Amino acid sequence: MSVINPRVPRRFTSMSSSRRKKALLLGSMAAPGALWLLLLRYLPMFGIVLAFKDYRAYKPNTFWNNIIKSEWVGFDNFRFLFKSPDTGIMIRNTLLYNIVFIILGLVVAVAFAIMLSELTSRFVAKAYQTMMFFPYFLSWVVASYFLLAFLDPTSGVIPHLQKLSGQEVINWYHDTTYWPYIIVGANMWKNIGYSTVLYLAAITGIDRTLYEAAAVDGATKWQQIRHVTLPNLRTMMTILFILSVGRIFNADFGLFYNVPLNSGSLYSVTQVIDTYVYRAYMNSGNVGMSSAAGLLQNVVGFLCIIAANGIVRKIDPDSSLF
Amino acid sequence: MLSARTGSQRRSRRLNAVSLPVETLFHVILGLFTLFCIVPFLFVIIISFTAEDAIREFGYSFLPQIWSVEAYQYVFQLGDALWRSYFNSFYITIVGTVLSVLITLLYAYPLFRKDFRQRQFFNILSFFTMIFGGGLVPTYIICKNVLGLSENYAALIVPMLFSPFNVIIMRTFLQTSVPTELIEAATIDGSGEYNTLFKIVMPIVKPGVATIALLNALAYWNEWFLALLYIRQNTDIIPLQYLLMKMQRNADFLAKNSHLLGTEAANVAVNLPSQTLKMALVVFIVVPIACAYPFFQRFVVAGLTIGSVKG
Repeated sequence: MSVINPRVPRRFTSMSSSRRKKALLLGSMAAPGALWLLLLRYLPMFGIVLAFKDYRAYKPNTFWNNIIKSEWVGFDNFRFLFKSPDTGIMIRNTLLYNIVFIILGLVVAVAFAIMLSELTSRFVAKAYQTMMFFPYFLSWVVASYFLLAFLDPTSGVIPHLQKLSGQEVINWYHDTTYWPYIIVGANMWKNIGYSTVLYLAAITGIDRTLYEAAAVDGATKWQQIRHVTLPNLRTMMTILFILSVGRIFNADFGLFYNVPLNSGSLYSVTQVIDTYVYRAYMNSGNVGMSSAAGLLQNVVGFLCIIAANGIVRKIDPDSSLF
Repeated sequence: MLSARTGSQRRSRRLNAVSLPVETLFHVILGLFTLFCIVPFLFVIIISFTAEDAIREFGYSFLPQIWSVEAYQYVFQLGDALWRSYFNSFYITIVGTVLSVLITLLYAYPLFRKDFRQRQFFNILSFFTMIFGGGLVPTYIICKNVLGLSENYAALIVPMLFSPFNVIIMRTFLQTSVPTELIEAATIDGSGEYNTLFKIVMPIVKPGVATIALLNALAYWNEWFLALLYIRQNTDIIPLQYLLMKMQRNADFLAKNSHLLGTEAANVAVNLPSQTLKMALVVFIVVPIACAYPFFQRFVVAGLTIGSVKG
């Protein structure tokens, strides 16, 4: 532009070139992350076509060549998926466990946070909080050993006690009866501390004078909790609740794979979509059905998140994701 | 003066507090749950200090008949595989944490700069992957066959280098602690973009960097899924978490099938690392976390609170 119109001051051109330089430099900062996203997140999205193909190995046996040469089969993979009896079980398990986790995670964590905030000794409250939060930082592999210490068929505490008291010894890793409770318990063990800490942080942020004013007006402790604490936690509860509803089709792989020690006899109560996708591909090499299940999970999950976010935006526009 | 104030504070707390029986009930409930959270770890420590013979006879016990450090002696005698995997865990954690913090900071900083015109593009590029993905199978095939993430350290580090969630946490830290004027002033004083980031901005957002570093270090330390996916033969590079997982499987397999495999395999099963040894390894994994925990808890709480509210 400066060439065409000589009256434009030189400062302007140097400004625009420095602006371009700035954009370039800032862009170069984002480049490593962007490259990672493109290679590890966006490139696999093209693999979605696997769900609609009969994936086989061709010559030369490279991924792209196989994908291109494999035959389109339309929705056949999905049809097979829905014919399989496993599918109903894994969808049921994923949904039911998540519903229980969401409800307990909300009620128990809020209750614990309120209890912690009402304790007179700050030191003891802090100690409880610290210990409750600890399992959140351990892996499911470690957790599976913790459980094994109690349930191990030969040396575990519980089979041993059953033996001593003359009861029938349960083979815990083959008997499905108690596993729904064990799974829920394990999830509480690992994650309640985390949500409790979040709610406790929100309670700590509530203006103390509100409670004092309520007390002066003769509100009982219970009324203060109902009319001061809970309304102040509402936004946080809604966000966490709806975000977890958005992830209702996703399961924690480690919880359902490691904690039951990958035991085949427990599949009816521990198989979830994530473990199915893994097993169908890694153990049976079934690319089509595992991709179909994975895609189904991603699409439904995507819709859930969009819907959840829409609801959040209606309730509280500031806390919506996008 | 000070004691008088805390005294009156305590009295005012007491005034508007729950009644003593209710508070006792709270202590019982919270105490029981706390025990539920912490006892399994203490139990595993106790088992690791129990004599193997006592376990064979009485099973695991909170009050072992015979205490012993034989499991730890065994760990120290037992050579390579264990120490190698322990080293791998540290190596993966350190390299992964340094690289991922760097990438996260570098990605979050331009997103925080309002005068960066392409920020919206990079924002969406990162955010979209939070709500949609290719799924396990396509990701696995691409990583393994196209990107060569197989049987090498990169396979255990690269897939976790970047997380949109951490970018949001980092960006929020930047937004709340770095004033725009500071960056404008630095630019006018002739500071280059990289210089501004590392010399001026970084010292201010140290708490944010610490938070991201801790979250990533924990994620890498606890990682076993990537090893399960990408490491089939090269057992020299597996982390301790995955070694423990494999030991569980192998021992189970041998214990269940020893009668089918004959005496030779049964002998192998007996010579496999003992029960106390495995528990000792669990202690080895958890102790670094337990030791660092009191120091990092504060940072992680800050980070997660920000991430959950703004995320």
